[in-house]
Order: sequence, then structure tokens, then C-alpha cells
Amino acid sequence: MTVALNVTDVSLAFGGLKAVSSFSLALPSGGLHGLIGPNGAGKTTLFNLLTGVYRPDTGRIELGDQRIDGKKPSQIAAMGMARTFQNIRLFGELSVIDNVRTAAGLRTKSGLFRTLFRTPMHVAEERAITQRSLELLDVLEITHRKDEQAKGLPYGDQRRLEIARALATEPRVLLLDEPVAGMNTQEKRDMRKLIQSLPDQFGISILLIEHDMGLVMDICEDITVIDHGVTIARGAPTAIQNDPAVIEAYLGVPDESVAVADDALPAAT
Amino acid sequence: MSDLLQTTINTLAVGGLYALIALGYTLVYGILRFINFAHSDIVSWGGWLAFTIASAAGWLATGHSPVFAMPIVLLLTMVICSVLGVTIERLAYRPLRKAPRLNVLITAIGVSLFLQNVGLLDRFFGNRPATMSALLPNDVLATFGGVHLRVYDTLTIVLTVVLVLVLERVIYGTRLGRAMRAVSFDERTAGLMGINVNSIVTVTFAIGSALAAAGGILFALRNDLRQTADASWVLLGLKAFVAAVVGGIGNVRGAATGALLIAFVEVFVHRYVTQAFPDTPWVGQLQDIYVFGILILVLLFKPSGLLGKAVVEKV
Amino acid sequence: MKPVQDRVAALRPSVAGAVGSSLAPFALALGLAVVMDAVIGPAVGATWSKILLDVGIAIVLAGSLNVVNGYAGQFSIGHAGFMLVGGYAAVWLTFYGSVLWFGTKAPIPGFLGSGQLLFLGSCVLGGLVASLFGLLVGLPSLRLRGDYLAIVTLGFGEIVRVLGQLTARQPKSIAAIKGRSMAELANNLGGAEGFSQVPGYTTLFSVYVFAFVLLVLVYRLKYSSKGRALLAVRENEIAAEAMGVDTTRSKVVAFVFAAFFAGIGGAIYAHQVGALDPKELGFQKSIDLVIIVVIGGMGSITGIVIGASILVILPEVFRQFSDYRMIAYALALIVVMILRPQGIMGVKELWETTWWRRRMSALTALMARRKR
Repeated sequence: MTVALNVTDVSLAFGGLKAVSSFSLALPSGGLHGLIGPNGAGKTTLFNLLTGVYRPDTGRIELGDQRIDGKKPSQIAAMGMARTFQNIRLFGELSVIDNVRTAAGLRTKSGLFRTLFRTPMHVAEERAITQRSLELLDVLEITHRKDEQAKGLPYGDQRRLEIARALATEPRVLLLDEPVAGMNTQEKRDMRKLIQSLPDQFGISILLIEHDMGLVMDICEDITVIDHGVTIARGAPTAIQNDPAVIEAYLGVPDESVAVADDALPAAT
Repeated sequence: MSDLLQTTINTLAVGGLYALIALGYTLVYGILRFINFAHSDIVSWGGWLAFTIASAAGWLATGHSPVFAMPIVLLLTMVICSVLGVTIERLAYRPLRKAPRLNVLITAIGVSLFLQNVGLLDRFFGNRPATMSALLPNDVLATFGGVHLRVYDTLTIVLTVVLVLVLERVIYGTRLGRAMRAVSFDERTAGLMGINVNSIVTVTFAIGSALAAAGGILFALRNDLRQTADASWVLLGLKAFVAAVVGGIGNVRGAATGALLIAFVEVFVHRYVTQAFPDTPWVGQLQDIYVFGILILVLLFKPSGLLGKAVVEKV
Repeated sequence: MKPVQDRVAALRPSVAGAVGSSLAPFALALGLAVVMDAVIGPAVGATWSKILLDVGIAIVLAGSLNVVNGYAGQFSIGHAGFMLVGGYAAVWLTFYGSVLWFGTKAPIPGFLGSGQLLFLGSCVLGGLVASLFGLLVGLPSLRLRGDYLAIVTLGFGEIVRVLGQLTARQPKSIAAIKGRSMAELANNLGGAEGFSQVPGYTTLFSVYVFAFVLLVLVYRLKYSSKGRALLAVRENEIAAEAMGVDTTRSKVVAFVFAAFFAGIGGAIYAHQVGALDPKELGFQKSIDLVIIVVIGGMGSITGIVIGASILVILPEVFRQFSDYRMIAYALALIVVMILRPQGIMGVKELWETTWWRRRMSALTALMARRKR
């Protein structure tokens, strides 16, 4: 079992606030790992650390056998890590297919000269990009919208487009930040199937942030729970569901000082 | 020694001038994140309106200027320019509150061109320069150690200090000021907290324009009035803008600091460099380069300005 | 799913076909420029020829600015600075070179004779020198965003203008020039008076060769990965970076490209006006160019052409209203920004608009009916 993404002891503090404390993770090749925690726990900050938006104060991050901490986001993307964004960041005025083609452009080698003079290699690369982009739109089932402006898309399709775009960069590791937020039950069911199929279909490993517990417990092999930047639990879904520390983080501990009638508390199972 | 003192006074006066104008830029940028290119035209209109009022009241004929003339002209012009600034905001900028910023920039340029060219019309200020020195002669108020303290310099320094202190008090010590600061941090949230953003913007433009008028009058006294379309107003505005940026745009204390720095470079550094290299003629023309040079240096090494705080974008 | 590079080999076009389609538009550009010069120019007369010339120069300038402001979405408000720098390099070569190497100040006639070649060389030199400055101005974009980068471009434009005004006098007599070297004369760029007696080599042909070539290049840029990368930077810089676009490099490339053509624009401008005055190529000129780009539609090539045409031709049409002309122009600017902020075309090209598509489908329907 190879490790696609190895995070060792990563920390980040904003002034006095410790956003992420000593985070470690070994994402196996082809794995689907979930990252959950209450709001403000530091999950997106972690994604930002992994993708180079922030530089960790301590620790190391390795993608395969290459060290990536301290590198720029565009370099990390080139090395094989892609992401989607919690608050959707599409290229609004561009068409759906152009959003994907832009990302696919990462894997071309033509420079400005070849572009301006439309050399054979440039033409071939552009054709290849279009071909692959169309195939990605197909997998994500948004081909029918390919020429529409991205900003005009319905919400669910926007999230799908974000995934298609990230996949266009030919990543080895894909970070999905709340991919089903705001979707209805049917859409979530479709996305569940889709996300599950990605590791096999594309040969990638996935790290997933989500609040929809049903989805996370269903498709993730392994789950890490963080709260206030600290890892409080890790393990298989069933173990996590019953972990008292996790329950406390999400629901809190009953407050003894407040007098509550006995029948107001849920019966212990 | 007296030379040093004279130069210092000169620097303070020029700095004060820049500060008054820079405050308008910085206040508007702080609230709306928008560089008001038409601001230098409020400055020029301030100068010309003062001239118009003074000549209409007969105070520009030599020896006919009573003591109360200057304060009245100053106050009246500041009020009129306030109204002018508020009107411009209401008509030209407010509709574009949500538009991409380059568009508002272009609108500001349109407003600037409009003000310049209307000012050139004969029915307004005309196409010829004028002078306002008769309103307030630049007498020597005091002399010590060979240094002359003149009216214009004193007036500029005193007026600037007073106005800046009052502004400081308002912004950091009153509810209105707190509201202004809230809007400059986060317009939407401030609105959600019950602050009437439109009123705050109006007040900001009113204050900025009034200060600009004062700056324009003081500039016109020292340098005579050039036509509204003359490059000297644009350059004045540009340097005041640089002062605001260098000090930290969006920051009142920054504007004052930046203005002093720019004035220091323009007056002090220039004077001593020309004295050090008396034989090189072009050395005397470098003031503008110093100013823009400082701008570039600050932007490269501390883009948020000397007193500014970097704004972090949420990813 | 196959990676992009694995597909490339199978999708290569034939070399002959590729070379053909690569160079054909340039040949077309050359041909159209000839038509402009030989047919349209004489047909419309002297006044309109001059206007067409100005439109052509505006297309080169605004079209190049569009790459930075429109595609990459940056605020460059110092474009005239590149014009000035390129213009200086060009007039230095043409004026002094002409005297030192050919012994005359007047334009040397002859199609592709020494005069025209010198002019062509000076345009290219102007472009190259300006692009060096483009690199200089683009580099701060590593650390500066949005408004701050705009301020740097503004500062650049002003610094170039001021430095230009500090250069040494331009010796005007042949005697004064001979005996000095080109290197020595590099500082004699006219100072505050500006550079004058520039030989008038600019013709409709030369202007439109550059204009049409530029249009081909910006078109190709827009519809390519490099162009999409720029548009991505404009739309959402953080997302672009996350998708592998080196945003700083893209911005720098945009600046260098734009500066190159602005330098050429400055060169042809100087050789048309016959002079190069730094005061004319300051902030006001930069803003005029920004206005063309914004009114035409940031990122739209057809928008630029339309914008350049309107903003050059309209002032001529309104000449008679002199005093009120600028006021009307200013009001028009404000009104357009309020009512149609995306400009005339937005980021779309003419053939991408619904208006065009409807006309085209109506036209094809009409033709289909005729055939029956």
C-alpha cells in the first residue's frame, strides 16, 4: 500500500490562534478519507495548508515521494493535487467547458510563441484538451450545459463543474471541500455514487470534508475528526460514530448546573 | 540654522496642504475601496469658488479685504464643496456601488473631465488664470532668528492641525466615527448591524470634499489659480494621493503621515540635493521622481502603507 | 481516462496544413493592409484617411491594453508610458540614424527602401524596449494585487513622462548631429520640449499591418490555453492558482506582450504626428486608452475595434461643438458606465452574441428558402 499523501505534524497559528495543531494523516493510494468536525474546526484551513495557500509553521507534507509544503499553489497543482472550494470559485464569465479546459491547460507544454503561431503541437494540445474536457463533462453529467456561462448554472451543477475542473488537472490526490453542501436528497444520492466511483475511475485518492454525516459514514473508509484544530478521533465510520469525544465535540456535554426535568433528557440507550 | 528652520516650516505647510487633500482620498477609499479621481477637481473648484465669492463680495480689490473675509470665504466654500461632493456621489457613484471597480474608476474620470471642462466655461470660472492674494496678503507674522513666519504657512499649518485633530476625534471618539470605521471594515455586515451605509458614505464625501476645498483655497493662495483643466491641479491631486497610499490608504493618521513624508521629500530632500549638486541642472527637476519613487518603494516593500494593515482575503 | 499528453500524438495536424493555417491570417493581414492603403485611403479622401489612421493606431494601443485589462483583468493605467518609451527608442533610431547613416532628415522614399526599413526597424526596436519595461512593471504583480498594481502602473507612466522631460535637447541641424555617435545621442531625446522633426513614415499600410497582425494575435491568444489562463486570473485568481495557473507569470507575460505593441504604437504615433511630446503621453492618454477598452468591452476584440472607432471618430464629429464637446463626452462616459457597465460587447465577441446569432439564423433561413 503506497501513501498518496503524507501529512506529518502540521501546525498553523494565526497570531495567537492555533488554527491547526500537529495534524498528521497518511492517505493511502486509492483511498477515500473523510475529514469532519464542527464549524470553525480548521478543516478548510487544513485544505489551504495542503494546497499551498498557507505555509505551515511546522511539519511536512508529502505528495507521493515529493515534499510540497512551502510550495506555491500552482506548483502543488502541477505536482498532482487538486481541490474544490467550499464557497464555489468558478470562472463565472467563462463557459462550462472553458472552465474545464482552463484547468486542463496545466498539462500542456506550448508557450506563448507556439500559441501565437498555432504550431502543430499547439493545435494538437488544444484538441486533446477539448477532447478530455468533454469526457470529464460527460462523467459529471453536465455535458448538456457545456456552452453555458458558469455563473448561470444551477447550484448542484456548479459543484459538479468544480469537480470536473479539478479532475482536469490530472491529479493524484483530490481534495473535496463540502461537495454536497446545499444539495437536496436526490442530488446528494447521485453525488455519493459519483464520488465513490472516482478513485477507481481516475486512479486517485480523495480527502473529503463534509457535514452530511450520512454521506461521510457511507462512503469513507476512514474518518478523521478535528475540533479547534486538534485531531480528536480517527478510525472507521462505526468507531467514530460511537466515540464519546466526537459526540462531545458536536453536541457538547450535559450541563449539570442547569436543573432539567428527568424526562427532558433522551433516554440512555 | 535659519535656513533649516525655514525649510522645516515650508515642509510643514506643504505637508499640511497634501494632508488636507489626502484625507479625502483616504476616507473615500477606506469606505468604498475606490480611488476617487475626481477629488483633485473638487480641490480646484474649491479654489475657484473661493475666488468667485471673494470677488463678488468685492474683497479682492487691494486694501478692501476685511478680517472676517477669509473665514467667511473658507467656510462658505467648504460648505458648497461638501454639497458638490455629496451630489456627485449620489448621482454618479451610488448607482455603481455594486459594479466592478474599474467601472467606477472610469465614472470618476468622467466626473473629473466634466468638472474640469465646465469650470473652463466663461459662465463658470473661465479659461484664464487668476490670483487671490488680495483676499489675504501674505504678510510676515513674526520673525525669529532670521526666519520669517508668514500668514499662508501659519494658516495652512494651523488649519490642518485643527481639522485633522477634529477628524481624529470624530473617527475614533464618536458613534458616527465608529460607524464609519465599521463600514470600512465590512460594508455588508455594517449594514446588517443597522448602520445606514448610504448616510455614512454621504458623510464621508461631505467631509472629504470640505477638506479638499480648504486645501484648494490654501493652494490657490500660495500658487495662484490656474484654470480648472490645468495640469497643476492633477499633479497636486496625484501627489496627495501618493501621500495617502504611502501612509496607508484607508487610514486617517496614515494620510497625515504620508503627507508629511511626501512634503519632506519634495521640499527638504530636494533642497539639500540641489545644494549638494549645484552644477547639475536636472537635479532641480527631480521632485516628482522622488514622490513617485517613494510610492514604488513603499508599494514594493510595504504595500499596505507605512501605517496600514494588510487585508487578508478569505480562501 | 487518458491524460492530455497521451492524446497529443494522435491529434497532430498535418505539417503542411498547420503551416498554412498558421501563416494564412498574416498573409491576409498584409493583403488587407495593402487594400487599406491603396484602395480605401484614396477613396475616402485626406480627412477620413487621417481618421482611419488614428483608428488603426488606437486599435494597436487599445488592443494590446486589452490583454492586460481585459483578459487578465488587471488595472493598467500607465499604458502611455510604454508608448513613450517605445516612441523614444524609435525616433532615436529613425531621426539620428537617418542623419548619421543616410545624411538626411527627410523621409527616404521607396517601397522597402532604406527609409522604410529603418522605420520598420525602429518600430520593432520600440516594441522591444517597451517590452523590457513591461517586464519591469509586471514583476511587482508578484506581491501586489488590484488597486496597488494599478498605482504602480500609474507611477510608472508618470516617472517615464518626468524622465523624458529631463532628457537633453535634440540637436536639429545635420551638422550638429554628425560627428556624434548613436550612443551619445541616446540622451538627446528632446527634454521638456519633446522630440520634433520626426520623419513621417507612417502610412495606412504600416498602421494597418500592425493593427491586423495584432488582431490576429490577440484572437489566437484569447482562444487558447494561455488566453483562458489569463481570463481565469481575471475571474478568480485564487481558483486559477489552485488549477495550476502561475498567476504572476501570466500577468507578467500579459504586461510584456501589451507593452511590446504599445511600444510599436508609440513608434507609429510619433512618425505620424511628426513629434514626440512627453506631456502628450501622460496620464490623460493612458486614461483615453482605458476608456476605449472599458467602453468597447473588456476582453472583447470586436469591442476594442468598435470602441476605438467610436472614440476616435466621435470627437471629430463633435468638433463643431468645441466647448461643450468635452462636457458631452464626460457625461456620456458616466451614463454608459451606469447603464451598461460591461461596455458595448462585454467579454463576448460579436459572433458570440445572441443578436448576431439571431441575424445569422434568420439569414440562413432566408437563403434556404430562396434555394427552394
